Formats: sequence, structure tokens, C-alpha cells
Amino acid sequence: MSNETPSLEDLKEELIAAYPKKVAKKRAVQIVTNDITEDGSVPEIKANTRTAPGIITQRGCCYAGCKGVVLGPTRDIVNLVHGPIGCSFYAWLTRRNQTLPPTPESENFINYMFSTDMQDNEIIFGGEKKLAEAIREVYENFHPRAIGVFSTCPVGLIGDDVHTVSRQMSEELGINIFGFSCEGYKGVSQSAGHHIANNQLFKHVIGRGTEAPEGKFRVNLLGEYNIGGDAFVLEDIFERCGITLCSTFSGNSSIDQFERSHLADLNLVMCHRSINYIAEMIELKYGTPWFKVNFIGPDGSAKALRKIAEYFDDDELRANVERVIAEEMIAVTEARKRFTPRLQGKKAMLFVGGSRAHHYQDLFTQVGMETISAGYEFAHRDDYEGRDVLHSIKVDADSRNIEELTITADPEEYRPEYTDLKKAREEAGMEFSDYKGMMPEMKKGSLIIDDISEHETEILLNKVKPDIFCAGIKEKYGVQKFGIPCKQLHSYDYGGPYAGFSGAVNFFEDIDRMVNASVWKHLKAPWAKGA
Amino acid sequence: MKSTALNKPKAPSYASSCNACRQCTPLGACLAFKGIEGAVPFLHGSQGCATYIRRYLISHFREPIDIASSSFSEDSAIFGGERNFRRGIGNLTQQYHPKIIGVATTCLSETIGDDVPSFLRQIDKDVSETENQPKLIHVSTPSYTGSHIDGFHEATRAVVKTFATRSPVNNRLALFPGMISTEDIRSLKQDIKAFELHGILAPDYSDTMDGPAWESYHRMSPGGTPLSEMTLFGGVKAAIDFTHVVADKQLAGAYLQDTFGVTRHRLPAPIGISATDDWLDLLSSLSGIKIPLSYEEQRGRLIDAIVDGHKYLSKVPVALFGEADHVLGLCSFISSLGLDIQLVATGGKTKGFEEAVHQNMQGDSSPEILNGSDFRDIESAVDRLYPRLLVGNSKGYTLARRKNLPLLRTGFPIHDRFGGQRLLHFGYAGAQRLLDELINTIITHRQSESDVGWTYI
Ligand code: SF4
Ligand code: SF4
Repeated sequence: MSNETPSLEDLKEELIAAYPKKVAKKRAVQIVTNDITEDGSVPEIKANTRTAPGIITQRGCCYAGCKGVVLGPTRDIVNLVHGPIGCSFYAWLTRRNQTLPPTPESENFINYMFSTDMQDNEIIFGGEKKLAEAIREVYENFHPRAIGVFSTCPVGLIGDDVHTVSRQMSEELGINIFGFSCEGYKGVSQSAGHHIANNQLFKHVIGRGTEAPEGKFRVNLLGEYNIGGDAFVLEDIFERCGITLCSTFSGNSSIDQFERSHLADLNLVMCHRSINYIAEMIELKYGTPWFKVNFIGPDGSAKALRKIAEYFDDDELRANVERVIAEEMIAVTEARKRFTPRLQGKKAMLFVGGSRAHHYQDLFTQVGMETISAGYEFAHRDDYEGRDVLHSIKVDADSRNIEELTITADPEEYRPEYTDLKKAREEAGMEFSDYKGMMPEMKKGSLIIDDISEHETEILLNKVKPDIFCAGIKEKYGVQKFGIPCKQLHSYDYGGPYAGFSGAVNFFEDIDRMVNASVWKHLKAPWAKGA
Repeated sequence: MKSTALNKPKAPSYASSCNACRQCTPLGACLAFKGIEGAVPFLHGSQGCATYIRRYLISHFREPIDIASSSFSEDSAIFGGERNFRRGIGNLTQQYHPKIIGVATTCLSETIGDDVPSFLRQIDKDVSETENQPKLIHVSTPSYTGSHIDGFHEATRAVVKTFATRSPVNNRLALFPGMISTEDIRSLKQDIKAFELHGILAPDYSDTMDGPAWESYHRMSPGGTPLSEMTLFGGVKAAIDFTHVVADKQLAGAYLQDTFGVTRHRLPAPIGISATDDWLDLLSSLSGIKIPLSYEEQRGRLIDAIVDGHKYLSKVPVALFGEADHVLGLCSFISSLGLDIQLVATGGKTKGFEEAVHQNMQGDSSPEILNGSDFRDIESAVDRLYPRLLVGNSKGYTLARRKNLPLLRTGFPIHDRFGGQRLLHFGYAGAQRLLDELINTIITHRQSESDVGWTYI
């Protein structure tokens, strides 16, 4: 193993060498060397295609994306999983979303898992009766305002109709109950589940509220899941700026926030992959414009806040935003000074999620580190190359079975004044519905790998030794066998928050603790060192 | 719906499960396969199950575990998964060159009724000439019957079935300890050595799931029950199934007995004093060697410690929960220490569990017993029984926090403490560790609850 970086381009061949021809061919278009032409365009990468059988992937299933990611963090919707026990058990508190109910007595179901615990009887004769029974039990035990019902793989096959059961039970019990056809085999990854979750929230929840919170500048924050308390940090920043948070999808959220989210003045999209559908649908039906923000890293955070102030075109807001940025930057500048000498020149790799592999690069740049290779677990081409390529994405069989809702402007609730506002801002050069993707912001020559496999990860680490590798818990301990620290960017290794300005300081500190940990000196026993 | 005070034990009356106390069948099978040299687990079904199970095992073991899958699409779900299966096995083989692929089924492939044994026969036929083809071992693991423990035993038995052949009697002892910690595996191997015996322990994931830092790259984690040894199964001098309640038809030792006439012993795993006494007695009679002095010394120190610690433990009401065999072992030890066991709960529905609890009670407690329970049942029992201490896995944490009760973590999964995979429970040394932890858990709780801030307690 050497510390010199071999040409990443040469590596590609090695990564796919062991695969059978067909797989190698498929993988070859999912691994590209980054290049940025003069007009700013980047090479095409294949993404969001099915992982070949027998390849050990980071990806989870559709159900994981639907129940685990999007719906999971909401505290007052009971998530009832229809299926055998494992699917529900494994999704029980395994993401590290935090929530802070307004009072200790307020509802909080995040600590619970609910499953219909299907037995062979239901597999043979159908499970609808048991599902109805389970819904009744949940209602009697907890009296929640809403129940979401999630289908796992066997449910789709035996043909249980979760939607009809949900509707009937909703009538019987008088609360909002809705189903998700998010069987794990649908789509190719969690991504399909995000889309399904977006659709059902849009159909059954969003728009039911009638009152927006008081405030001059009301926004929704979409795609912020409050891992490690990130949403708390952003809530605080917004409050100090005088921006009113109407809803967050879905970190530290509650169902009444979702219900009223269509009444906000602006949608901010953090994780583009998991939630852009809701932003689009709200705009089509209610007129609210959206733009992409990145609150990971001080630069991204400042940029986002300034853009919000420009959107509302309000001097008081501008002044507040500048004041908050200035206040926050004191600690950031101080921390950068402290950590840059310790981290400068170190190399990072990020293989995670559908936006995190992009968002976190900025934090590394802040302290002089370089991202030499990156890729997403479940993103699409637009998350790599930018939304400009949306029209040229081919829809394959796996994506075709995910419902696309047809949305039209609501005759009563559509607000044309927002369309006009957007138009005016656009004329002044402001960009909306915009995501430029990860690749244009990465260096030429860096290696981009979509859906990296366990096998490729090992080959990569055996050849190039980055100073830190960012992924999730499944990868963590394998990576560390190579003597390389692995930072979990799904759970933050139980650290965080990392969002906003103070989050950046935490991040620098944590990376320093990992990269410069004393353990790396002890990997070899003293008697083996000379050998 | 809430049960009222002093309800006698009864089967949980809910249709649904709330905060389950068991995992699904393939998880156990994957872990068992992972304890065989050169084996990679493979789930026939959707990739999500493999990912969740990997994620879950890793959070306990803090070691990488590779589990491949046939990555079903909607089409495979409808038309059958043979094509994906064959491609999956092929792709996996080319990447890792495993010696064995352990195939377990998920609920999906079970529901559509894929005939995996016939897929395997077909593959065998097609590739009989190629030498590098890994051995394929199949175990059927639908999760809508059973729990991870069933998967574990069934997979172990399937492995043994694959390798055992009729062979001349040898000097080996076959050990089938069930799903235990890596340190417990090491302690069994140590015991065997101390009696100058040779053991084949299966599955042995003490290295694959708890291995050293690597000096150089390994395509697969080193370790596991050696393949060369497993061909000797048919002629071992004795086989031992460690269990209280698992049915013989699921056990590997019973298979060796039935098929090859191997002498088999069925006994509880050595948790606590009397179970350890029995185990050492057996080793002594199998080897003809007296129990070594070091064990006697360990035992002596343990008894001395129990004498010194009885004031903390005597009559303390306690609730136990977790996997059946593990909980029964704890039952026997903890009741022998004089604690008052109020509740014994297990997640997977286990035949004979109630009787086994009674058999393992040393002392006069008559606990409430929950079989096939979840944490909703356990919590409502805790509400009426007022234990002062909980002993079980990490999943009891929410309950412990809500009731402000100390929780001693043991068993599987332990993901909110460090080192859960290598906790020692077996032997006198394991009992000693458990004893110390029991007492310290009680002391810590008392200290943190105290207004005075006692330093000697
Ligand atoms: S479908 Fe079955 S095998 Fe898969 S996670 Fe769920 S319970 Fe386990
Ligand atoms: S059965 Fe389906 S829904 Fe459940 S974990 Fe497996 S892939 Fe996901």
C-alpha cells in the first residue's frame, strides 16, 4: 500500500476486473472520471439502475426509503408495518433522527415499532383482517392523529390491499390513515420509496391545514431529517433571522406542520434526491416556488440565507441575516485557523446517500482537505450532473412502476402572486428549481462511482489510501480494517450536529479526532515494526 | 386492554407486535454461515433484507459482514427468481471465490415458492466439471414462522448435513453451542484444550465476527470452522448440542446421532455455577482427565465473591428478557444468587419454555413467564411486578429509561454499549463477570439516585 495516489483513471479497470463481462460492462458506465468542459458540462454517469444480483451493495430497499427515511422522523404519525417481523424490527430506531415534542406529554411514537407480524396463516389466506385488527389496536393503545401503513415484499405478492383497508379503518376510527405500496422489490433502492412517500404525503396530508403560522417570511425546509440535531441548529438560525419555519420534512416534525406546508411562501430543498417531488408538486398545485439550499458548511449556509433574504427582498431580513452570519462566523473562522494546519492536504472519499456525498465536500474544503473520489448510494443522474439532464434520463422498467402523480393548479388555492414573484426574481438573475449536481463542483480527474460495491470499496482502499472515508455503518468496520478511519454520514457516528455554522465547527473537531487519532500509530506491534 | 394486577401468565392477546423482542429467521442463518471457513451468506430475495440484516449484525459485532442477495425486481417477484439466483451466485463467486455460499431464503422468495433445492441441483449439473464452484448450502428461512434462533440452528444443521459423511471414529468432539458471543466461543475452545481434547466447534465466528486489525488485505475475513475438520463430523467421539429448549429436529448434534450413531449429549450452555459444573464434569469424563486446578480456583474465587456480594443481590426483584436459551441460562444463575426473579420473557414463541423456566429456578421465586412476547407485553408486566433491575439486550433500553430502572446488557443485540459481541457469560469466569456487573449495575443506580453521594456503598 502506498501513500502516493495512483492515477484514479487506471483504477477503474482494476475495480471491475473481477466481474463477469456483463456486470463489468454495466459497472463501467457507472464509474467515470470527472471532467468539466468550458461550458460547464460534465460527463454522463449511469445511475439509479438495479444492482446486479450477487453484488454486495450499500443500498437498502424501497420500504427503507419510504418508512425509514421520509416518514420515520415524524413523531406523531404511527408507522405500522404490514409484513413479517424483521422488516419492521430492523427499521426501529436505526436512523438517528431526533425529535423534541413541545411538552413531555406530547405524542412521540419514534421510540416504537409496530408490525402486523405476519404468520404463515396470513401469507396463505391473506392479511387484511389482521391489518385491520392491528390498526384498531394501535388506535386503542395510543389514539394517534394519523397512522401510516407500509407494505413489505410479501404483502404485494399475496395481494393485500393496504389502501382499501386504510380507507375503511379511517372511516371507522375517524382519523387519517393512509397506505404506502412500498414493497422492497420496487425500484432499485431507497429512492423509489422516497418518491412513494412524497406521493402519499401529498395526496393524504399536505393541504389539509388551513392556517399558516404567523410570520412575514414563511418557509418549508424539505429534506432535512434532523440527524444528530441538524434541524435544531437550523431552527435556531431561522428564528434569529426572523424566518418562520412552517414545516420541516421531516426532521423534528409533526403532522400538523405537513398539513399546513402548502401555505408557506417558499420551499427550500436540502436533500434534493429524497424530496424534490414534494417541492415540485406543491409548486404545481399551489404556486410556491422552490430552490435548492445546502446548509452543510458555512459558505453554503451563508449563501442560502442571503438568497432567502433576496427572495423576500426585505431590508430588515437582509440586515438580520448579515448579523447572524457575522455572529456565527466568529467561531467558524477561529476553528478553521485551529484545524487547517492539522488537516490540510488530507484526502477524503465520500460514498453515501443521495446528497450527503456532495454536501459534505464543502466542509472538507474549508480545512484544506480534498475529496478525491465520491459517489452516491441511491441518487439519480440529476444529482450527479444537475437538473439540466432531467429531460434526457431514460426511464427503465424499475422506475416505470413508481407512480407519477399528475398535478394541476388548484382552482381555489393556487396563488398566482407567487408565480409573479418568482418571475420577477428570475429576471433579476435568481435561480429556482435548480440543482447543479455534485460533479460540476468536484475537481477534474476525481473518480465518481455510483452505487459502489463492497468489493470495489476494498479494491479502492487497497490501492489508494485516503485519510478518511465517509460512508455508513455497514461499510465502517470493513474500511477500518485497512487502518483508515470511517466517518458515518448517515448517523454521524452518534456525533453532530454538523449543519449550519456551529455544526461545521463540530465537524472539523470530529474529523481531526479521527484522522489524527493516536490509534493509527499502534496498528503494528513493536516487534513487527522492523519487518 | 391493559391487564390488571396479578394476572397470571397468559399468551399475549394482541394481533400486532409493538416493539418486538426477536429478529427474523435469515439473520440467524447468515450469522451461522459466517462462522464457516470461506463461506459467504446469500439471501434469495430482495436486497433490502440483506442490507438490513447486515446493518443489524454489524451494529452489534462492529465487524464487516458481507451478505449478498439475488436482488429481486418486481418481475422476479412475479415470475420467480431463478434467473437472478443464478446470476447472483455467479457474480458472487467471481468476486470473492468463496468455498461455500450459504443460501437462506427471505419471506419473499418463500412466499412465491421458489424451489431453491432444484435451482441448486441444476447449477450442480451445469458446472460439475469446474473445480472452482463453491459448495452451495441451502436453508429455508421464512420469517413468518420462527425467529432468528430457528434460522441459526437450521443453517448449522444444513452445514453439518452437507459435510458429514460416514467415517471411522476419530478423536474429535463436535460442539454446537448455538448463537452465543464470540468470547463464549473462545471460552469453550479453551475448555476443550484444558482437557486435552480436540473439538470441532460450529459455527465458529469468533474470528470472522471479532477479528484483529488487518496487516494486509483479505478478500474474506479469516476464520470459521475449518472445512478440513468438518468432514470428520460423521466419526466424532461425541457431539454436544448446547440448549435448553431447541427441538432435536433442528439440532446438528441430533442429526449426527440419528444418521451416524454418534454419541450425543444435550445440555445447557455453561452459564452459571451448576451448568458449568456439569459441563466440566462431562469434559472430565470424556477425557479421563481430572478437572484442572485452575478451574477449581476460579470456582473458589467465584463462590467467595458471591458470599461477599450477597447483601446487594439477595431478594432483589429482577426481570429477564431475551432469546430463550440465553434467558434460561441467566434464570438458573441469577436465581442461584438469591435474586427474586419476577419476570422471564422471550420473544420467539418457544415450545417448552414455561417448563424450562421452572426447571431452572433455584430458589423460591415464581416468576411470570411470557413466551412469544414483545416489549409492550414486557412493559405491562413490569408495570404490575415492580422489578428493580432489568437484565436483557439493548432493546430494553427505552423501557428501562421510561421506568427509571437499571438495565444490565447481555445477549443479542447490544448496540448501545461497546464490546457487546465479546461479553463473556460462560464458565466460572463468565459467571464472575456477570456477578460483578449485576452488583455494579445496582450500585451505580443507587449512587446516581442518592442525594447524599455515597462513596462507600
Ligand atoms: S421480509 Fe422476511 S426476511 Fe426480509 S427482513 Fe422482513 S422478515 Fe426478514
Ligand atoms: S422484505 Fe422487502 S420490504 Fe422487507 S426489508 Fe426485505 S426488501 Fe425491504
